[in-house]
Amino acid sequence: MIAESGHYALVLALALALIQSTVPLIGARWRDVALMNVARSTALMQLLFVAASFVALVMLHVTSDFSVANVYENSHSLKPLIYKITGVWGNHEGSMLLWVSILALFGGLVAAFGNNLPLSLRAHVLAVQAWIASAFYLFILITSNPFLRIVNPPIEGRDLNPVLQDIGLAVHPPMLYLGYVGFSISFSFAVAALIEGRIDAAWARWVRPWTLVAWIFLTLGIAMGSYWAYYELGWGGWWFWDPVENASLMPWLAGTALLHSALVMEKRNALKVWTILLSILTFSLSLLGTFLVRSGVLTSVHAFATDPTRGVFILLILCVFIGGSLSLYAWRAPALKRGGLFAPISREGALVLNNLFLTTACATVFIGTLYPLALEVLTGDKISVGAPFFNLTFAPLFVPLMIAVPFGPLLAWKRGDLLGAAQRLTAAGLASLVAIALLWAWTRGGATLAPLAIGLAVFVIVGVLCDLAERTALLRIPLSISLRRARGLPRAVWGTAFAHAGLGVALIGIVCETTWNSEYIGAIKPGDLANVAGYQLKLDGLTQRQGPNFREMVAKFTVSRDGEKLSVMTPSKRNFTTRGSSTTEAALLTRGASQLYISLGDGSADGAIAVRIYHKPLVLLIWWGPVLMAFGGVLSLSDRRLRVGAPKPARATRTLQAAE
Amino acid sequence: MRARLAFAGLLAAVLMTAAPPARAVQPDEIMADPAKEARARDLSRELRCMVCQNQSIDDSEAPLARDLRLLVRERIAAGDNDRQVIDFLVARYGEFVLLKPRFSPHTLLLWLIPPLALLGGGAALWAYSRRRTNAAGEGGESDVELTTDEKARLERLLAAEPMPKKPG
Repeated sequence: MIAESGHYALVLALALALIQSTVPLIGARWRDVALMNVARSTALMQLLFVAASFVALVMLHVTSDFSVANVYENSHSLKPLIYKITGVWGNHEGSMLLWVSILALFGGLVAAFGNNLPLSLRAHVLAVQAWIASAFYLFILITSNPFLRIVNPPIEGRDLNPVLQDIGLAVHPPMLYLGYVGFSISFSFAVAALIEGRIDAAWARWVRPWTLVAWIFLTLGIAMGSYWAYYELGWGGWWFWDPVENASLMPWLAGTALLHSALVMEKRNALKVWTILLSILTFSLSLLGTFLVRSGVLTSVHAFATDPTRGVFILLILCVFIGGSLSLYAWRAPALKRGGLFAPISREGALVLNNLFLTTACATVFIGTLYPLALEVLTGDKISVGAPFFNLTFAPLFVPLMIAVPFGPLLAWKRGDLLGAAQRLTAAGLASLVAIALLWAWTRGGATLAPLAIGLAVFVIVGVLCDLAERTALLRIPLSISLRRARGLPRAVWGTAFAHAGLGVALIGIVCETTWNSEYIGAIKPGDLANVAGYQLKLDGLTQRQGPNFREMVAKFTVSRDGEKLSVMTPSKRNFTTRGSSTTEAALLTRGASQLYISLGDGSADGAIAVRIYHKPLVLLIWWGPVLMAFGGVLSLSDRRLRVGAPKPARATRTLQAAE
Repeated sequence: MRARLAFAGLLAAVLMTAAPPARAVQPDEIMADPAKEARARDLSRELRCMVCQNQSIDDSEAPLARDLRLLVRERIAAGDNDRQVIDFLVARYGEFVLLKPRFSPHTLLLWLIPPLALLGGGAALWAYSRRRTNAAGEGGESDVELTTDEKARLERLLAAEPMPKKPG
């Protein structure tokens, strides 16, 4: 009964989406307010029905109703409750249902909080949103229905892939989807603007909060996925340039570019046509990511060819939406009025430079991800494009970008003073040189590039501080006044500062982890001692333990440094009987921002066990960086100017913002 | 011996699904000479485990990856330099084994698109900004600064707009 209700709710949501995708457009054409307002009610009702459908699937999983194929294939009655719930999106059908739920959520939010939008713009935006929704409802109902029943229900389920039974992966997909799908709003706004043929700075002001929300979630989602890979996959890697990861990185790069170009558009009414294109591209890349991950084309081109229903369907959606929106763009964009002029050396110029590098980086990831597929389809040649390629091509693009980061906020709009900005960054330059010199002296004869990269990161971080000091006139006026000024700075300025500093922090983490990582690989017996980076790890013993749906072997290590006992670490290896597969649960010991990492290998007949112990210096900065960035995003979002649904800025606010 | 190893690798590839899990770089694989071992590790990171999804043989748990790791170490022990080891593996397994494809006619676009995108984008921006400046500057080369008179007019225009813009 629950399954049928869920199924039916989804069908109703499709019907509502079809109404929402047509009626408001007719309303906008006829200037009929009632018809345009249909968009609002259908969007809200659609959200209600999709939510009902999603809840139905959750209930089926929680109650372990194995008469439903999706539950049978991905659940087990002994699975802990939390993984029964998160298992809902740990599989293809469920994750697509989550995808459309989030799409409906964003549509609902625009409907509920979009009261300050012009009526026709809101009608258009929600209609475009409904086109996307309709396409994906059809996809789910036709090819990936999670509510299908099995004729002879089995007694027990086949369990969720054990690697996915982890809290990190439970939260990661919803975050990622909130990001991916969130960009649909900027896409819908862009298409709506193209249909209406009207676009101005106000448009950018409406779009930016939505883009920012999506970007925050995508940033956190990617960071969380990376941390999950780090501790769960068992060899301490945190980014693999895997196509699935690239699929999420591409919208992030394009979305970051979009955030910056929308800023130019909002402040200076320039880069309008480019911002529209970026909005379209960002969501197109999200769609592409969905296609890459969901069609199975990545596992192998042949697997895709043998069961192409799903892949072809998404490919069709992809072609219609990307092709359609780009054609619309080619047709309507030239008619859009161009705005604001600026000199190459200016805040706008810096943001354009940012866009150039970010989109090139995005293009690099794009080509590296899709080239092997295209080559195999066209010529049959098989090549691999992996981490070494991306490291080689990506890094040179990010170095100039990061050098430019501190300059951007210090340049004035329209026409900036590069020399003046450079002078104000003297402290950052000096700090960076000192850092490089110190590191060279300290690691004499070691890596040469790493200190330079750290110097760059220091430059970015201190550059941010310089900017803040400049804005608060720190050290030039009494401290109390500076502090008052700091409080008075727009939140967006603080947001920028945190986001940019986060970039530097992440870079330090990345460089330290890759350069000064120490490892110990060996087979040790209980009582043996391993030495890693000044830490002594003693294997006390091995024990067997029974978990809810697995058996595990736990090793106990006593960690000490200079004879002083610090902690106990218990890495384990789990065997999941139902699927006959095993996972490694690495043990992590955090010391400041550095971590000790133990992962177990196989045991041998003589009682020894293979272990891999790593010391990863400052590794946590890799994820603190993105968290800082996301925090910056939240700060910026809370800026009065951008607050979703904030009343139109009154004339009084103009004086407040003179500081910028 | 080598032929048998390759055969074992192939067999492992076929039996992949049923294979018991093994960890990346086992203790028994490590070479006695740390310098050679470091070379082996560096090479391993550039080589793909062909039965895995986008993993280097250094990371992979698959039996085939282990065989390849042993093969790399065997070649290094035999005195091959890095290039020879790579050539040997490419001759045996094809270009597919390289995670960083070689620069060749069929990877031309792969290697050239990123720099071309950057150069092309930069050139387009330069041309665009020149065109805009020329169109706007009329007499004065690249001077886009407004006169006081124009500024005052702009202020009035901005004030007259329904949606107030913030000053820059």
